[in-house]
Amino acid sequence: MNIGVLLKQVPDTESRIKINGDANGIEDGDIKWIVNPYDEFAVEQALQVKSAVGGEVVIFSLGSSRTLDAARTALAMGADRAVILDDDGFAGSDSLGVAASLAKAAQEEGIELLFAGKQAIDDDAVQVPQIVGTLLEWPVATAISSYEQDGDSVTVKREVGGGQTEVIKVTLPAVFTADKGLNSPRYASLPGIMKAKSKPVKRYTADDLGVEAGADNAKVTTDGYHMPPPRPAGRILDGELGDQVKELVKLLRQEAKVL
Amino acid sequence: MNSPSAPAFPPFTPEHSALRQAVKDFCIKEIAPYSEEWDKEGIFPVELFKKAGEMGLLGIRVDPSWGGLGMDWWATTAYVEGLTYCENAGVAMALMVQSDMATPIIHEIGTEEQKDLFLKPAVAGDKIAALGISEPNAGSDVANLECRARKVGDEYVISGQKLWITNGTRADFITLGVRTGEDGFGGISLLTFPTDVKGYSIGRKLDKIGNLASDTAELFFDECRVPARFLLGQENMGFYHIMTNFQGERLVAALSAMAGMEKAVREAIQYGTERSAFGRPIGKFQVWRHRFAEHLTAIEAGRWLCYRAVDLEDRGQPATREITMAKLFCGDLAQRVMYDCMQFYGGFGYTTEYPVGRAWRDIRLLTVGGGTSEVMKEILVKMEGL
Ligand SMILES: Cc1cc2nc3c(=O)[nH]c(=O)nc-3n(C[C@H](O)[C@H](O)[C@H](O)COP(=O)(O)OP(=O)(O)OC[C@H]3O[C@@H](n4cnc5c(N)ncnc54)[C@H](O)[C@@H]3O)c2cc1C
Repeated sequence: MNIGVLLKQVPDTESRIKINGDANGIEDGDIKWIVNPYDEFAVEQALQVKSAVGGEVVIFSLGSSRTLDAARTALAMGADRAVILDDDGFAGSDSLGVAASLAKAAQEEGIELLFAGKQAIDDDAVQVPQIVGTLLEWPVATAISSYEQDGDSVTVKREVGGGQTEVIKVTLPAVFTADKGLNSPRYASLPGIMKAKSKPVKRYTADDLGVEAGADNAKVTTDGYHMPPPRPAGRILDGELGDQVKELVKLLRQEAKVL
Repeated sequence: MNSPSAPAFPPFTPEHSALRQAVKDFCIKEIAPYSEEWDKEGIFPVELFKKAGEMGLLGIRVDPSWGGLGMDWWATTAYVEGLTYCENAGVAMALMVQSDMATPIIHEIGTEEQKDLFLKPAVAGDKIAALGISEPNAGSDVANLECRARKVGDEYVISGQKLWITNGTRADFITLGVRTGEDGFGGISLLTFPTDVKGYSIGRKLDKIGNLASDTAELFFDECRVPARFLLGQENMGFYHIMTNFQGERLVAALSAMAGMEKAVREAIQYGTERSAFGRPIGKFQVWRHRFAEHLTAIEAGRWLCYRAVDLEDRGQPATREITMAKLFCGDLAQRVMYDCMQFYGGFGYTTEYPVGRAWRDIRLLTVGGGTSEVMKEILVKMEGL
């Protein structure tokens, strides 16, 4: 089975994010880039499916030239090859452009099953895998916490809140997005890192794929970035207890607007 | 956090950075969470050797035909730096004894059979290795070790005692220093010694003040017979082999001192932003800012002395002088740095709940183990003709 994984490179959660001078992005300089943590569960699941039913695990990643580093981590975990979309023609794509490009690339590579993380921890848009599924006309099951495959029938569970679990049966081909707890991702072992060096990496440009991506085709544009306002200092009320309660209720209603 | 200069330094390729990160991830997930527990138990689960073997940690410079990665000394450097994240110097020492102290000499001068029987399973984490040189009456004075091996027919018959042997309570084999000839350094040989032979016994597991999760043992040999072909290198040339082997061991010790204290300082600086006294974060007191500025400077100097030694060793150039200096400098510096880091945490630093307290206690070994600071100075005295 040809198994694909959509993988995004994101800033390490420990990085301190700064907005660039033009306020149209973030400063790359000091950032450490990692594999989107949810995508690690996706890679692990793909590897498990491969070891159960055979086939190949292909990593798909769209981003700048350094996105290959993230793909290599997945190759070191055991994925077989990578497909990188790092052409200028993809720069500035919105979610639709990214998804259209990835969907086309997956089609070109004959992918029959796709995994992705449930969201990327940088922009938290939670859109790309769903749009990919829509464009491929495949069912999409999001935020899955368990996965069982029997032939082309797959049973997944989703934690839907309130301690409830939803069980869904899906027929392949399909797209699945992974939640935490789906599995425990293996490490990139040192022999894996060595082997990853010589695993095949294919590149596609937007022209190769014939997709309408990039800033020019984006329906969603970003006007600018700004930091969240600094949190104001806490306030401690004083006076009589009864007055304090009254004051607190008033503040919650008028200032915090939570009541 | 590593110093910004480290990963960008040219001998470190993206592969080395990936390796450092992989070791770090492994440590954070598989070791650090249990660090305190294993210290209390005085040992760590034996399965960790297998996990480390599967990760590829135990044979970084070993030829792939023996299951290693065939990488260079910079890869070992990245490994040692990553290993500091295990928050447990005892476990780190146990792994480094296996990967860089007991086995490199087998890789270098062992026969095919010795590599097959000892090196290969050690790299895979299937067998546990120890280095048995020190004795009750021969620590610094290696040339006077007493454990004797008589040649009888095609066997060596070994009688004597070893002390301070890391991994000693559960080693499957020992790279063992024995006396085969005359007194002094000219009568010493190295053997690969499987521990399942008759007459071998484990005495006490020593109670130590630090590196608690690592077992340090007293070993007895009573007429133990091993095949003469388990001789490692040439008979009576063991002292030279031991001195060669010490170079790698000391370099690894220097690197781990350097990486360990840097991590401790970075964490202390972070702590200094979180803890306040007299209305401001303690890290903003000038006395501490200056102290940390000094320590970071000294650590940076230590790093480049280590890297210089790694560079020489990696290119097969004579490196004893630089390695000895690096071990001396970083081992001694680490004492001052850790003292200050611990002081900076106040009472919290004196508990074992904060890694700093344990690290302070553990780092004390670094001016003793692998050759004391005084012995390092004696070596330099000779080399410099002072
Ligand atoms: C936790 C731990 C783990 C160890 N693991 C191993 C192991 O796996 N394998 C192994 O073989 N050994 C191991 N050792 C032993 C270690 O290498 C020795 O402890 C070390 O070499 C010092 O020897 P010693 O303890 O006999 O001290 P001594 O040699 O008795 O030294 C005592 C003091 O005298 C000083 N001194 C000695 N000679 C001179 C001199 N010429 N000039 C000035 N001062 C001098 C020393 O510097 C030291 O301060 C371990 C030790 C410890 C504590």
